[in-house]
Amino acid sequence: MSDGPFPALPLQGARFEGAVLVEELAPGGQVSIRGDLADTTFAEAVTAQAGCAMPGIWQISGTPERGLLWMSPDELLLLLPRAEAAEAARALQARLDAAAVHALVLDVSDARARFRLTGPHLREVMARLTPADMAPGAFPVGHLRRTRLAQVAAAVVHVAEGDMQVLCFRSVADYTFRLLSGAAAPGAELAYF
Amino acid sequence: MSLRLSTGGRFTDRSREIRFSFDGTTLTGHPGDTLASALLANDRLLVGRSFKYHRPRGIVASGAEEPNALVGLGQGPRFEPNQRATTTELFDGLVAESQNRWPSLDRDIGAVNVALSRFLPAGFYYKTFLWPRAFWKHVYEPVIRRAAGLGRAPHPESRDADSYEHFHVFTDVLVIGGGVAGLMAAKSAAATGAEVLLIEQSPHWGGRAPVDGGTIEGEAPEAWVHRTLAELDALPNLRRVARLMGAGVHDHGYVLGYERLTDHAPGQPGPRHRLWRIRARQIVTATGAIERPLSFAGNDLPGVMLASAMRDYVVNYGVAPGQRTVIVTNNDDGYRTALALHRAGLDVPAILDARPMGGGALAAEAREAGLRIEPGRAVAKVLGGKRVTGVATCLAEGTGAVLEEIACDAVAMAGGWSPVVHLWSHCGGKLTWDAAGAFFRPDPARPATGADGAAMVHAAGAANGELHLSTLLQDAATAGKNAAAACGFTAADISVPQGEDTPEAPLDPIWIMPRKATPDLRMKAFLDYQNDVKLSDVQLAAREGYESVEHAKRYTTLGMATDQGKLSNINGLAVLSDTLGQAIPQVGTTTFRPPYTPISMGAIAGEARGEIFQPLRRTPLHSWHEANGADWEPVGQWRRPYCYRRTGEDRHAAVAREVTAARTSLGLLDASTLGKIVVKGPDAGRFLDMLYTNMMSTLPVGKCRYGLMCSENGFLIDDGVVARLAEDTWLCHTTTGGADRIHAHMEDWLQCEWWDWQVYTANVTEEFAQIAVVGPKARALLEKLGGMDVSREALPFMTWAEGTLGGFPVRVFRISFSGELSYEVALPANLGRAFWDRLLKEGAQWQPTHYGTEALHVLRAEKGFIMIGDETDGTVIPQDLGLGWAISKKKADYLGKRAQERSFMASPERWQLVGLETLDGSVLPTGALALAPGKNANGQRNTQGRVTSSYRSPTLGRGIAMGLVRHGPDRMGEELVFTTEDYDAADEAATTVKARIVSPVFYDPEGKKNDV
Amino acid sequence: MLILTCPCCGLQAAEIELAPGGEAHLRREGPGAPDAALENYLFNRDNPRGLVLERWRHAYGCGKWFLAARDSVTMEVYGTYRAQTSAPPPQIIDRIRQRHPDWGQGAS
Repeated sequence: MSDGPFPALPLQGARFEGAVLVEELAPGGQVSIRGDLADTTFAEAVTAQAGCAMPGIWQISGTPERGLLWMSPDELLLLLPRAEAAEAARALQARLDAAAVHALVLDVSDARARFRLTGPHLREVMARLTPADMAPGAFPVGHLRRTRLAQVAAAVVHVAEGDMQVLCFRSVADYTFRLLSGAAAPGAELAYF
Repeated sequence: MSLRLSTGGRFTDRSREIRFSFDGTTLTGHPGDTLASALLANDRLLVGRSFKYHRPRGIVASGAEEPNALVGLGQGPRFEPNQRATTTELFDGLVAESQNRWPSLDRDIGAVNVALSRFLPAGFYYKTFLWPRAFWKHVYEPVIRRAAGLGRAPHPESRDADSYEHFHVFTDVLVIGGGVAGLMAAKSAAATGAEVLLIEQSPHWGGRAPVDGGTIEGEAPEAWVHRTLAELDALPNLRRVARLMGAGVHDHGYVLGYERLTDHAPGQPGPRHRLWRIRARQIVTATGAIERPLSFAGNDLPGVMLASAMRDYVVNYGVAPGQRTVIVTNNDDGYRTALALHRAGLDVPAILDARPMGGGALAAEAREAGLRIEPGRAVAKVLGGKRVTGVATCLAEGTGAVLEEIACDAVAMAGGWSPVVHLWSHCGGKLTWDAAGAFFRPDPARPATGADGAAMVHAAGAANGELHLSTLLQDAATAGKNAAAACGFTAADISVPQGEDTPEAPLDPIWIMPRKATPDLRMKAFLDYQNDVKLSDVQLAAREGYESVEHAKRYTTLGMATDQGKLSNINGLAVLSDTLGQAIPQVGTTTFRPPYTPISMGAIAGEARGEIFQPLRRTPLHSWHEANGADWEPVGQWRRPYCYRRTGEDRHAAVAREVTAARTSLGLLDASTLGKIVVKGPDAGRFLDMLYTNMMSTLPVGKCRYGLMCSENGFLIDDGVVARLAEDTWLCHTTTGGADRIHAHMEDWLQCEWWDWQVYTANVTEEFAQIAVVGPKARALLEKLGGMDVSREALPFMTWAEGTLGGFPVRVFRISFSGELSYEVALPANLGRAFWDRLLKEGAQWQPTHYGTEALHVLRAEKGFIMIGDETDGTVIPQDLGLGWAISKKKADYLGKRAQERSFMASPERWQLVGLETLDGSVLPTGALALAPGKNANGQRNTQGRVTSSYRSPTLGRGIAMGLVRHGPDRMGEELVFTTEDYDAADEAATTVKARIVSPVFYDPEGKKNDV
Repeated sequence: MLILTCPCCGLQAAEIELAPGGEAHLRREGPGAPDAALENYLFNRDNPRGLVLERWRHAYGCGKWFLAARDSVTMEVYGTYRAQTSAPPPQIIDRIRQRHPDWGQGAS
């Protein structure tokens, strides 16, 4: 489909270099999966599709490119390359339906904007915006936290020390990017944690 | 006069001189000065005028409690009124102006109020300006508004040039206050391993101890402070931040801290203020104590100052507030100031000690130094006009008969100390009266409690009523240890240093000076400097029956100024209790409320300003709309184009053009904001049957059905088209504003009521761009794009299909909110813009017209389609809107069904939906009322209906409206009289308009246009 | 500002991450219910000064509804528990009774 439609990022790959680097990433493929996480048939189907283990509560399994985020007691978000998302959602839903497992699988690759933040004192940058505890003991690498950033809902994914990703709904991508850029503005460095 | 001493000044750097301006005059000071100390160093005693009487006022205090020295700081976009000179750090280029004076500080016309003060007692405003009523709006209020108020607001067009931010942090123990008690408490808490955050409002650590003297482990307090700070800084589990004030203690250990980062160094990069939103498991308040003034006549003249403040200026800044200072005291602490002034080489002509037996060891020291001490004496009144020239003395127990006049240029008043209990009290901590110190102190048996029901706040040191080094260090160490223990940290024993200070003789509270002062003296003795509340005002309030302290406060305004009564509360309370003949603890205190001192609006707002004051939700086509002349309309947090004006067009013309295009050729609408919720599971059909008034479980796969949702109250809350995607899957469209609310509504019922039903929902609103392709040429355009069959046969009205159009993966719904042939095309959001561009390009031959929300409204109103929020207002049921057909008669139950059976809901008297046509073709105002004969019980005109939607219809060339009218559907053809926007009951002929009741479907009543 | 532990996901959530939902353990009244029962269900709420059992949704977190037993005066939290129940679990009732000995025995 060489002349097929080309997906546009919500903010066309916005970027801000401040005390930390804020970059808009291509959202990649995202598949929302709702089901009984304790059900073994469900877990087997999901892990086979994802290629990684089930994540622990508020944890990431796999990588941000191909992995599973624990979003809720009955919800996971499968991350994978965008080109695979639609088919993965179809296949997983079909497999669960065939096994008579009650579940809802949807390709939601375009529903969210995705930002990557890298740099020093990143915890402090995020602590300007979220009421969640950003201290190392409370928010270790490999965890995610759904919370609010100022006035909008977001998920903060702790990929590595000094490397986080923020997922927010597409319609508030501009707001969230401005928030993150403001919190990362140079001159406001704070070393607390 | 006040002046800079030749030596001294712990905080000031005498090697450097910096310049600042006050009321246009350039003055100099040193780094480390406050604006107050620098003004005093320049003999600027008079710094402001009081609020009510415009009396000349000088600096009274040296810290946050200052009531008088409020100035306007900065210029232009950095101007800020009501800043305390005592907590304003001086910097090179600081610009300050005095307040509440005109034309100048020295010659102030408002000062005439002083002469009128006899006629301006407490409650004056309440008593005087009642009659005639009409005068209030045009005479009294404008005059009072001009005269009242502190400072001037920044220019309304100016925008704060600085930035602000919030910072969220969690800690085990928060210690508020960086004096010796705070340091000790922090050290003791940190020794257990607990995470400790120690904050101090000023730039300096150590608090008052270095000024007040005594020893800690045999050395000067300052040496101990330095050593302890170094020890604390070596701890990995302790952080300390200066210039960070504990502003308020709230539920569950939530504490707001106010950090001033660049007030002392403007122009530095970064935010000006940072609001710390701290979650502490335990809180230690080591907030010190504040000295009380004494209530004698003329105690507000420039040159009268708190004794402790006076020694602060001498010791900390090397500034003498006066050269000849009379000390007036009711306790031993006043002698500390006498000795400090004496040591600095300043004159102390007399110490008036109101206690008949005089003082203890400090008094002896003063006597040894050769100072004159007068026991049993008091100030009758202060002499002078704009500054002190002397005091008249009298017997402390007498009426104020003058014994002697002593020339002086300053008066130091020492009325005893009150612990700063504000933060202890904010969240419910109770107080107990300490008769020996004559102050309220925290009652350890009744602290503020936290989520676990146990103590959450611990007071330490002077804030706990332990005013002396000999006991406060142990007290603070215990507070820190207890706070850490409450967090589960085993207390390690640390050695508590021994503090020593001179023992003091008992204080003798004297709330009115002299104790039997005559009325004329009481009328000149100020309790609340900032709000000009005098002894006589509080006594008047008590006599007039304001016996509750909360009532007396509001009647007199005592303690209601920006200083929140830090100096005045205890004195006012004591006077009230004295007048009422009750003990002080029985009268009680007023409520301490956050913030401790005013904090900036900028800090509260944080990042929420300008472009990100609130989130603006943008559709995938937002930037296209922006580039193509959209007039925006806010719809919830979304921005939707209201219309797109072409050059030379007004809004009306643009809307008319857009409507006509959709009716006659091809219209395009960004419908992405419509809510989209997927509902799936074995019980999904049953669930939707409960949620909607109509039957959704019977909808065949591939078809669409319009549905209504009601609250349990029976009222209509949302509507939209539901499509059945698969045997166990439905897609529910909601209104633009309804997506999140309806999704939450669904989850609520699933999680909390029918939790055994197997249903999952997902809000996929943001996943899709949705574009309505509308008008007679809609099919032609989609067929030109190609990829799927969109013919009438393959995709009839109220069906949907999945496929591709022009290579885009789409889901197409044959639904119409316009009455025209219409397709709503949904596709992944990130492809939305490309698809929109393709539609415009491929549709060029039909001149595709993008239309906005107003055209959408006109199109739907011409068809008589209701709009949630226009035809509904939370009191309207579907039956009112002629939507009975959408209510299933077969279902045993749905949300709101039982409520709709209530007698009032079933009443035929309810107003019902009709169409309205004015006889003259004009447009009725939305909200216009249909008049009915007679008046109701309140004497108001009876009404029989109201207009819910009203537009000019370009299709019909006249005004059309929908409305709710009593018995409406049975009254077709009847004429009603409607109010206009300037309706006047006295002239109804000219201010009403007649309209006829018609069918609400104005256009294509047979529905032929959309079913082609 | 409250902080409540969401029993569904274990997070300590700040009040601004939560959405309030009013009184807990209401019994729905549907078709056939007498007017008085409907009135109670729709309109009558206790609003006590003291113990409240209330609904909260972890709106900015895991999205789940849960219930909290809390004192509206002291803000003491006796516990949070799952919404899929008609009464607080025993250990929370024990904690409530330590403060409100008569609770659940005719008087609240």
